[in-house]
Amino acid sequence: MSSILIIVFLPLLAAIVAGLGNKQLGAVPAKVITTGALFISCALSWPIFIGFLGGHAEASVTPVMDWVKSGNLNFAWALRVDTLTAVMLVVITSVSALVHLYSWGYMSEEPDQPRFFAYLSLFTFAMLMLVTADNLVQMFFGWEGVGLASYLLIGFWFKKPSANAAAMKAFVVNRVGDLGFMMGIFGTFLVFGTVSIPAILEAAPGMAGSTIGFLGGRFDTMTVLCILLFIGAMGKSAQLGLHTWLPDAMEGPTPVSALIHAATMVTAGVFMVCRLSPMFEVSPTALAMVTFVGAMTCIFAATVGTTQTDIKRVIAYSTCSQLGYMFFAAGVGAYGASMFHLFTHAFFKALLFLGAGSVIHAMHHEQDMRYYGGLRKKIPLTYWAMMMGTLAITGVGIVDVFGFAGFYSKDAILEAAYAKGTELGHFAFFLGIFAALLTSFYSWRLIFLTFFGKPRWEQSEHIQHAAHDAHGHDDHAHADAHGHDDHGHHDAHNDGTAGYHPHESPLNMLIPLGVLSLGAVLAGFVFHHAFISEGTGHFWKGSLVFAEHTLHAMHAVPTWVKWAPFAVMATGLLIAWYAYIKNTKFPAAFVDQFGFLYKFLLNKWYFDELYRAVFIVPAMWLGRMFWKVMDQGVIDRFGPNGAAWVVAQGSRAAAKLQSGYLYSYALVMLVGLVGAISWVIAQ
Amino acid sequence: MNGFPILSLMLLVPLVAAVACLVVPREQARSLALIATLVDFMLGMFLWANYDIGGAQWQFTESAALFAGFSWKLGIDGIALMLIALTVFLMPVCIGASWLSIDKRQGEYYAAFLLMETLMIGVFAAQDLFLFYIMFEAGLIPMYLIIGVWGGADRIYASYKFFLYTLLGSVLMLIAMFWMVNEAGTTDIPTLMAYNFPAGAQTWLWLAFFASFAVKMPMWPVHTWLPDAHVQAPTGGSVILAGVLLKMGGYGFIRFSLPMFPEASAQFAPLIFGLSMAAVVITSLIALVQTDMKKLIAYSSVAHMAIVTVGLFAFNIQGLEGSMIVMLSHGLVAGALFLCVGVIYDRLHTREISRYGGLAINMPRYSIFFLLFTMASIGLPGTSGFVGEFLSLLGIYEMSSWVALVCTTGIILGAAYMLYLYWRVAYGVQKNADAATMLDLDKREWAMMVPLAAVVLWMGVYPESFLAPMRADIAALDARLSHAKPHGDADVKAGTGKPAAEEHSAHGGAH
Repeated sequence: MSSILIIVFLPLLAAIVAGLGNKQLGAVPAKVITTGALFISCALSWPIFIGFLGGHAEASVTPVMDWVKSGNLNFAWALRVDTLTAVMLVVITSVSALVHLYSWGYMSEEPDQPRFFAYLSLFTFAMLMLVTADNLVQMFFGWEGVGLASYLLIGFWFKKPSANAAAMKAFVVNRVGDLGFMMGIFGTFLVFGTVSIPAILEAAPGMAGSTIGFLGGRFDTMTVLCILLFIGAMGKSAQLGLHTWLPDAMEGPTPVSALIHAATMVTAGVFMVCRLSPMFEVSPTALAMVTFVGAMTCIFAATVGTTQTDIKRVIAYSTCSQLGYMFFAAGVGAYGASMFHLFTHAFFKALLFLGAGSVIHAMHHEQDMRYYGGLRKKIPLTYWAMMMGTLAITGVGIVDVFGFAGFYSKDAILEAAYAKGTELGHFAFFLGIFAALLTSFYSWRLIFLTFFGKPRWEQSEHIQHAAHDAHGHDDHAHADAHGHDDHGHHDAHNDGTAGYHPHESPLNMLIPLGVLSLGAVLAGFVFHHAFISEGTGHFWKGSLVFAEHTLHAMHAVPTWVKWAPFAVMATGLLIAWYAYIKNTKFPAAFVDQFGFLYKFLLNKWYFDELYRAVFIVPAMWLGRMFWKVMDQGVIDRFGPNGAAWVVAQGSRAAAKLQSGYLYSYALVMLVGLVGAISWVIAQ
Repeated sequence: MNGFPILSLMLLVPLVAAVACLVVPREQARSLALIATLVDFMLGMFLWANYDIGGAQWQFTESAALFAGFSWKLGIDGIALMLIALTVFLMPVCIGASWLSIDKRQGEYYAAFLLMETLMIGVFAAQDLFLFYIMFEAGLIPMYLIIGVWGGADRIYASYKFFLYTLLGSVLMLIAMFWMVNEAGTTDIPTLMAYNFPAGAQTWLWLAFFASFAVKMPMWPVHTWLPDAHVQAPTGGSVILAGVLLKMGGYGFIRFSLPMFPEASAQFAPLIFGLSMAAVVITSLIALVQTDMKKLIAYSSVAHMAIVTVGLFAFNIQGLEGSMIVMLSHGLVAGALFLCVGVIYDRLHTREISRYGGLAINMPRYSIFFLLFTMASIGLPGTSGFVGEFLSLLGIYEMSSWVALVCTTGIILGAAYMLYLYWRVAYGVQKNADAATMLDLDKREWAMMVPLAAVVLWMGVYPESFLAPMRADIAALDARLSHAKPHGDADVKAGTGKPAAEEHSAHGGAH
């Protein structure tokens, strides 16, 4: 039995047992089963990856069973393993196993733990189905499966209206992308007569220059197909226009944000573009769109990230921005660099989220960075873990010596964009460089606001409640007293702590932080040879398009291009240091000066407001209009009700013969029957 | 299985039980009905097990001449087999759903249900045109009674609307049938399916049949009877209405309109597409603003049935097979959703969505089933809803990318209205004290939910079981339609392709 079957289906089994067993099973067995399953999957995944790393493993497809056969359309359940899948396997199972472990601590006070762990394992299963897909429809199965798990986990605290709204928004916005994905599959089948990925990729170059009729116009075939599929990728990977669900998805528990909304699910779009790279290569127009959308998302999210105050939202916009990098890397043909950034990003972004979770845990569910400060000494291990993550995401490193994970992957992307040599490539490069500056700024801003300076905890309601309880005040007497900071104990702590003592997280949360820190430090250094160096074709083995000439061009970029990321990283750090350590009045002064810009960014370029006005409100209005005016006011009025009126007016006398409609109906039938019979007899 | 009249037996069992229900003591009527429907279910499974896939097109045929050329002719192909299986599967569930909630005139109620089962199976098994017509029209009488007698407050208006709509269509269809019999000289449906009617006459015949099937389907804009009928019907009535009666329209198209009038079908395909696109968008938007659970699901049914009609008129195998799977899937899923509404209606006696909330807290098991059926309705891959929707839409894409695009928006709108419903019912806080104290599923409700859930997943993961019996019949229909098939709008024109050398370098890394 192939190990891939165990890797993929063990999490499903665990999810079913934990989910259906639920409270009868109990929290601890549910946690042991799901976490155990994930560690087994993880342990089996690394040997596969190492096999490909060594260059001796071959791609394989493990059939599971038939799915649909309809005419010449035929697709089956099967698990494909090649280099691209192997990379995703280790990312998914490693981060998922660590997140499962971390959740033991983070969710320990939650009464509904079996459900949570079941959802996490279900998600992992769906994600594994996505990356092992050998045909587009199974990919879509995984695609929707992770969407379901994401919906369930964002809405995990389903009593909160905001969590429900966010969950529904995530599902529905993703469905807009899925519309594109589905249309893309339909079109692909129409053109190629198959949905098998290897068969499509083989036939794709032959379709260059062909045209297809679509929505009344005639377009280049591969451009239409690739753009449709890319719309799907935009939804799942939260690219500009369909990104609005991702920040709201932070309503879910933090381990979920780390696993789904940073490391794995949101990268599915990037994975899809890389998997289908031979298709995209045939259409320069589609690649240009991928580059443009990626670059725009990268800069958009980075600008918004600079103004957010919720620690998780900062990281969410950061994720959105980093996904933009991955896309424009793919757009300029550097699929290897794109996948490499996906790989390193998974480690350092999961680390940042889990670190943020640890901070939130220590700060009694307070997520607003304005109420943090001075936490460096209180939770030193979390601090160091977050530092590693920040060094990795900002891309700290010295060329040709050593760098943190993001240094290798992000620099490779920027070099590839520049090396492309086209206007669009330069456009992406400069936006990417500017976004790197902003990335450095908001990442250090997060660190400085959280861990440095003086505590500002007393303004937080969460902390006030916590401190209040800790001081043994009689809860019953003050159950609804919001003004409890007037109480005497407050004066005793005029250091801004409100008398609160943050505690470092338990070991089961710190171990994942430690392991991921290791990844954030070393993932780039250790693996960059395999992913993006000479001879890397032996690693990818054709699982994505890898052009040696792109690599040469990347090495040949001017020196200033090589050093530019370092320079902007340092600049961002300096600005953040100045604004949040040196002269803490500076941000407020800046906001006063540029109020319009600040509001524009704080409100996320007003996308939510725009969509509300353009889609949601009109949809509801139309629904009511169609119902009340069309169905009831027109169709019913002139249809059945009108007919009734005519009948009632015209045949009052005749109606007396019949006491009920049933009889008249039966009569008509009888007349019909008699007619039928007489007709036949008459012949 | 030669010679044994199993189809007649399947018609007879519920009929005899229906008569018996009228005479036995009222408390025993429900047990009797349950036993009869279970026996019919066993017979149906026996029928399926003995159906020879790849064998003769028409199997289990029986024929007895009655009078004046009118004959008792039964027989099924794979399409009819699947719809009969759906019917006999849903009937015990309907009886179960009525178990406690019907407390007046039980004998008559169960008699009406059993009579309806006979007539529904009769519709799918009839091979004589007039036998079909009788079954088709008479099947509405018990439904009419179920709504009119055991329905809600506005049951009279609803049953009346139901009657008016269907009356109009059926009269036209009957006239068309007379003409056809006169022209072809036979009432035998298999013969008529191969008969080539003159193209000019096809137009009028098609329209006459369309009048009847469009109402049954129901297609926009003749759908307004459905929400009222569903809202007023008791739970069991809604389940069978959504589950089987709505499939008669689709069955009519696939059995009559398409094979008998292929040219007219091609000619009117744009009409079907237009109405279906309107239905997907308009009824989905209407579903979004409903405050009554049953109305919401009723409107969603209209949107789902529109996917059936576009698939049927896609003139290719994927479209036809997809439509059949959507019909089967919708029968299960919409039936299950009405059952889910019935479960909480039995406890609180209201269909107002706002009267519920937070049911995931006090009814966690119920919420899992409700979620599963919601996801199946949305068309999540792995559930039955996806397979049919995917195939139908894929089929129609081949014909027209516009139609495919507009109909595929159904996946967005469907997600919106169903998740919004689920949120308001199962999630949120328990704002209504009475709803918060409702008990979770009891054993009877479990027994109804589990089989439905199992089949929904089965059909989603391994639809081959359901596609295989229909494959030959769909292929035959596709062949019959092939000469009338309109051109699609894609019309791919080959390009130059990439020079071999360039392709070589693109994959250069592999060396």
